Amino acid sequence: MFSIDLLANAVVAGVLLGGFYAAVALGLTIAFGQLDVVNIAHPIFIIFGSFCTYVAHERLGLDPVVTGVLLMPFFFVIGVALYSVYYSSFERRGDDALRGLAFFFGILFIVEVLLIMTFGVDYRLVETAYIGESIHLGGVGIPFRLLVPFLVAAVMTAGLYFYLSRTFIGRAILAVSQDRLALQLMGADPVRIKRIAFGLALATTAVAGALLIMIQPVEPSVGRLYIGRAFAIVVLGGMTSISGTFVAALLLGVVESLVATFIGPSWAPAVAFGFLLITLAVRPAGLFGR
Amino acid sequence: MRGIWFWIALVAIFVAGNVLTLTIENTFLFYAGYTVLQFVVLATAWNILGGFTGYVNFGSAAFFAVGAYTSIALQKWLGLPLPLLIVAGGVVAGLIGLGVGFLTLRLRGVFFAIATLALAVVLETVVTNWEYVGGAKGTYVIPPDGMLYFDEFIEGLFAVMLLLALFAVGVAKAINDSRFGRGLAAIRDDEVAAEATGVPTLRLKLISTTVSGALMGIAGAPYPLYVTYVDPVSAFNLTYAVNAIAMPLIGGTTVWFGPVIGALLLGVMQQWLTVVQLFEGAGQELNLLVVGVMLVGFVILAPQGIVGLIRRLFGRRKA
Repeated sequence: MFSIDLLANAVVAGVLLGGFYAAVALGLTIAFGQLDVVNIAHPIFIIFGSFCTYVAHERLGLDPVVTGVLLMPFFFVIGVALYSVYYSSFERRGDDALRGLAFFFGILFIVEVLLIMTFGVDYRLVETAYIGESIHLGGVGIPFRLLVPFLVAAVMTAGLYFYLSRTFIGRAILAVSQDRLALQLMGADPVRIKRIAFGLALATTAVAGALLIMIQPVEPSVGRLYIGRAFAIVVLGGMTSISGTFVAALLLGVVESLVATFIGPSWAPAVAFGFLLITLAVRPAGLFGR
Repeated sequence: MRGIWFWIALVAIFVAGNVLTLTIENTFLFYAGYTVLQFVVLATAWNILGGFTGYVNFGSAAFFAVGAYTSIALQKWLGLPLPLLIVAGGVVAGLIGLGVGFLTLRLRGVFFAIATLALAVVLETVVTNWEYVGGAKGTYVIPPDGMLYFDEFIEGLFAVMLLLALFAVGVAKAINDSRFGRGLAAIRDDEVAAEATGVPTLRLKLISTTVSGALMGIAGAPYPLYVTYVDPVSAFNLTYAVNAIAMPLIGGTTVWFGPVIGALLLGVMQQWLTVVQLFEGAGQELNLLVVGVMLVGFVILAPQGIVGLIRRLFGRRKA
């Protein structure tokens, strides 16, 4: 059962999968960690992105990665609209705890049901020339269907990291996450900044969705598995840190892959929950917290 | 005195329900009624934590399924009768509520909400891997021919669920009126202030989580006998989680009868939509879409639910 080859393969697959998980969680780090908007509908927008990618591929023959990038502005606008409703209905009234959560839960549910009504519950997959290929290094196989998402996710992580630390708007987003009142006193409008940031968070789900449908077949309820994963990564990564999110995602990917290889694939969904509970119970500040 | 009338009304409703089972022949009404009453239990249970205490549980489906699977396992293992299965389902689900609460309630409220979401996925994984109760394939449960003095088994089951619904409502009302309930309301309105004035917040929250989880487990315990075939997908169905949240929020969360109004309204509406089939191919999905849209609509436009709307209307008339 146990062999070095198997272990090496599991670790490599886990790292690649973890990179993809980073793409899944980045938007949530911005929305939940930095803006304090508990967007539990985050994963369903990833699934929505997957189905958009599927349609673009079937109808127009577009490459999934290209589609993901092209979808970003569209998802950005959805995010801005969603935050505007959230802000005026809940956040401004200071009523965001109970009803705000229920609002996002309702959104999650509506999008999922609409997807089921449109596409049914069949699994959909996108096939392109490179997806089936793989490279072999020694006894370790590196499938392109995991490598491409990993690379795209790494580029997106780096892009966000530099955007948040180097640009004016990016720094304003970090500022709003640290001290909203201070930002207001400096003459910036925190609500406008949060709107942009939430749009950005949702834009990442377009890319994550395109990557998801390359990795595995997708049906509308798959998103639920990603709720626990995404939140576990954000919490473990220390809530606000982009680099922390990336490291936490890799860690979850590797552990999940090891569990799937040595215990059984059907147990993998439980790993994220274990991560989440252990982090909350033992170290709520995350891996890199004080 | 008003308190006494409430309990008399509960007994009267139970007696009336029993008379109905003896007079009405059409068993469909009892199948439909069972589902509606099951939602009364779930919504009332959710509200004890969500509405009274202000902590959101997204995992109602998990607690419900824990009740259902506890009942399947114990029936298979020891052949226990229904009343004991219901108690066992409540105890196990209550303990899970206590455990999750213990791990997360000391932190911010959202972590509890997220943990309950993830809990549903994890418990579904566990049950899917548990061959004894049927695993992913599911399992059949053969209900007995009759029960007590009822002609049909479903009539008996309906009476059982009616009793459970009245029990849940009774518990909610008792909490609502008690010192404990006022403590919960203090936590909901301002937890820091409550803590500062000497409310033992953690203990109250844990009791509330346990009671709420136990009632959900109780709702799930008779479920295998009702459907006769249970698999993880149907027992952990998101429908339960969504309805358990939508019904109290639409009805009104701050009083015990809010969730009852919401559950009766949405429950009957869903049964009705299933029967009439508004258009070709309109199925379960349409039902759920309506519930989802109503949930979002109500939390944005009528944050106090139907109870709040009526109060506002009433107040205006008086003025």
